[in-house]
Amino acid sequence: MNGDFTLADGVFWLLSAATALGGLGAALSRNIVRAVFFLLLTFAGVAGLYGLLSADFLAAVQLMVYVGGVLVLMLFAVMLTSQIDQAHQSNPVGSRWLGIACGAAMLAVLWTTLVRAPFLEESAPAYAPTTAELGHTLTGIGFLPLLAVGLLLCAVIVGAVVVARRGPGTE
Amino acid sequence: MTEFRLLWLIPLLPLLGAFLSGAFGYRLQRRFGERAVAVVSVGLPWLAFGAAAWALLRLLSQGDVHALGARLWTWIAVGGLKVELALHMDRLSGMMAVMITLVGSLIHVYSIGYMKKDEGFWRFFAFLNLFLFAMLTLVLAGNLLLLFVGWEGVGLCSYLLIGFWYRDLKNARAGMKAFVVNRIGDFGFLAGMLVLFWGLGGSWSEAGYRPGEFFSLDFAELPRLLSGAAQRTLWGVPVPTLAGVLFFVGACGKSAQIPLYVWLPDAMAGPTPVSALIHAATMVTAGVYLVARLNFLYLASPTAMTVVAVVGAATALFAATIGCVQNDIKKVLAYSTISQLGYMFVGVGVGAYWAGAYHLLTHAFFKACLFLGAGSVILAMHHEQDMQKMGGLGRVMPFTRWTYWYACVAITGLPLASGFFSKDEILWQAYNTAGLGVPGWFLWLLLFLGAGLTSFYMWRSYFLTFTGQTVKIHGEEPEEQRPVITGVLAVLAVGAGVLMFVGLPEAWLGAPPAFEQYLEPVFKHGGLARVYPAGQGHGVELLLMLASVAVAAIGLGLAWWFYRGRSSAVPERLRAAFPRLHRLVQDKYYVDETYDAAVVQPTLELSRAASWFDSRIIDGLVNLSGGVTRLLAFLDGAIDKYLVDGLVNGLARLVRAAGAAARRWQTGRLPNYLAGLALGTIVLFALVRLLQAALGW
Amino acid sequence: MTSVGLHHFVLLSAVLFSLGIACAIARRNAVAILVGIELMLNAAALNLAAFSRFGALRAEGQLFVLFVIVLAAAEAVVGLALILAIHRRLRSVDVHRADSLKG
Repeated sequence: MNGDFTLADGVFWLLSAATALGGLGAALSRNIVRAVFFLLLTFAGVAGLYGLLSADFLAAVQLMVYVGGVLVLMLFAVMLTSQIDQAHQSNPVGSRWLGIACGAAMLAVLWTTLVRAPFLEESAPAYAPTTAELGHTLTGIGFLPLLAVGLLLCAVIVGAVVVARRGPGTE
Repeated sequence: MTEFRLLWLIPLLPLLGAFLSGAFGYRLQRRFGERAVAVVSVGLPWLAFGAAAWALLRLLSQGDVHALGARLWTWIAVGGLKVELALHMDRLSGMMAVMITLVGSLIHVYSIGYMKKDEGFWRFFAFLNLFLFAMLTLVLAGNLLLLFVGWEGVGLCSYLLIGFWYRDLKNARAGMKAFVVNRIGDFGFLAGMLVLFWGLGGSWSEAGYRPGEFFSLDFAELPRLLSGAAQRTLWGVPVPTLAGVLFFVGACGKSAQIPLYVWLPDAMAGPTPVSALIHAATMVTAGVYLVARLNFLYLASPTAMTVVAVVGAATALFAATIGCVQNDIKKVLAYSTISQLGYMFVGVGVGAYWAGAYHLLTHAFFKACLFLGAGSVILAMHHEQDMQKMGGLGRVMPFTRWTYWYACVAITGLPLASGFFSKDEILWQAYNTAGLGVPGWFLWLLLFLGAGLTSFYMWRSYFLTFTGQTVKIHGEEPEEQRPVITGVLAVLAVGAGVLMFVGLPEAWLGAPPAFEQYLEPVFKHGGLARVYPAGQGHGVELLLMLASVAVAAIGLGLAWWFYRGRSSAVPERLRAAFPRLHRLVQDKYYVDETYDAAVVQPTLELSRAASWFDSRIIDGLVNLSGGVTRLLAFLDGAIDKYLVDGLVNGLARLVRAAGAAARRWQTGRLPNYLAGLALGTIVLFALVRLLQAALGW
Repeated sequence: MTSVGLHHFVLLSAVLFSLGIACAIARRNAVAILVGIELMLNAAALNLAAFSRFGALRAEGQLFVLFVIVLAAAEAVVGLALILAIHRRLRSVDVHRADSLKG
């Protein structure tokens, strides 16, 4: 475990700082637009961390799906929210202290547990692209789940259209 | 074991039928009529019968092979535990599969006539097919876990079909009762599996428990695992005993034995074909099958065998006494089923597995015949089930009458029907038992008395229904049913007769009965003792046979004297002479009431207390203080409307604030619930940590 | 200073998860709650990816991340569609106002 401070370590600390900062901002920012942009920072940071974990394909997917898809979707939703600039209207604080207390307690419990957890840590293999292996796995044991997920996505699209459609009498 | 992939066809064909009639049945029925539904959902069970018979023939044609297997894929692989999704057909499960598909298909045919013009026709057949699928999974399962899947599946179908006419609250309640009582049994089953896993899957030393390298719930592997660990104990109890008793709790639930039999009489609320198929011929015998399947486990534990045999014998006698005074024809048959299941459990409990299985097989035919005959009568009587209001039906319904008569001969153990041989074999094996916790003659005595009572109440039902003055319904005489119903009755009666030839006893032929030889490979295990024979001679066997024929004849004679032509006054006088005894038995020994007071009411009380806490302490706090305040305000206002106005307003506002605070716990607000979730997780974590700290890990 | 290992990733994911929980509880805006849920999902996915590199799972861990991402996307789509429907009905995305199951 003991080693020199390598370049990879530096990148990790940088990325994790960005990720944590983004999460903090997303969780605590009053302005909903700002929160979503902080979330973007977190997503990007996690994508970078995937790269650091030599999961290159995941990094790409994270960027495409989350940053490209989910986030844009969220921004649309935010734009529909009226009176964004008045934070107390658009993003009223509910149980702020309850939330912070729960988060803090959760963090305390998780942290104290995980710090002592004796993970069977193998030495990490060298950095190498893993996309090919992932592809083989996906068409191997992951094939049935893949089909199921395809079906799920189809259902989700139809369901979302049905739910979000302007039904008669809603206007 | 030979690989035979097509085994999967046997359960999957009924599943296909269930899917087709479940998904498209409603439309089919509306567009093409009931016939279209019937073709699909009756045809596929027959195909399954063909597949089962084919597989069994194939198994028998390979003399040295004891089982066919069909493995699809690995279902669960966790640590040392490996569970395959695999079917397994040996001679026992092959016999069960053929019996289930044959009797099941016949009952499907019968149901075409019975369920005619019911708007839920398609639903009924979908459930019935689904039941066949679950039952076949149960008997063909290659390991305990898959068996449990079938076990739960048949429970579900039983629930669905008991409450089939769910608009009647009584039926829905009966379904619920069956489901809940079965849950208790299922707990035993699950606990049994866990005990096996714990007891056989790992090893103990001074240092504590260590999970093992290999564990399997496969029926082919378990005997080997068990023989290496038969001496292990859990809490001072040997593992085979503990597991055996727990599995028997499960069997008690499914097969309606004391103390979990209470659901079966109520289950008669379902349509009669359901009572015949599920609650007489197949599902309720699953417990017997389970004990026979786990014979290696019970053979390793005389204690567990004693428990099985004693509970079975007690149930056989107990249920028979109740059957003597019931007036609902289906209730009589229900108690007789419970009693006959008791006989089977004695058979498997004393180690004479083949005798239990043989009685299971013959019982399936004659009891299905009895139930379907009763169904035919009920149809003719326009859904009247009270035997007091029947009579003289024998003249107008000859087919039903004579098939019912023959099935009565079979169940009461009179010669010339299969029931005589299967029941006598059990009586003989019980008598010829040593080495259990109870003497063999004691078990025999209980069963012997039960046999006399059985004969009495079955013939009572026959005479009450079919002899005497013919009743009129709405001014017309009841009529014989269509051939689709009477034909099935005839086939079942023939089956109940033909089956006697495979069980002709050793005392007659000098060789073990054909059926015993047939099942021998299933119950032969190297290193484990087989039965516990006391070594009585064949002379005793013949003597016992004579005795049971005599007691059956006495029962028949009494029933004939009391009830033939419904003219005798003896029953009335007996009732008047022992009013309290009669009431006690008629009310089923108040077992339901006892359970209600001891288990059901406390549970309901607990839930009521919780509900009370919720509505009074939480909501009620607000409402009560609000109400009090309103009262005060009203009084105050009435006395001095203007003077104390301000005070009242202030008070009301205070209460409203308190109410708002209290309401936050029951708001339907997402974040609050989420917070509850998170706090729960945190508390759980903290508890585990504390526990670890306390145990010093 | 020790070099970066499994513990670091797992602890980072714990931080992200706690922030997500805090966010989801503290907010009344449905979009903000969704943001919190996405944070939690990302924390879990990061965990899986880390175990897949440092543990015995190789491609299977990444496979799970992939499915988590897909499910998160599906969940976001449905969630946002629901938010739109609620917004159209109540003219608000405040979940405290959407507290009745019917009507």
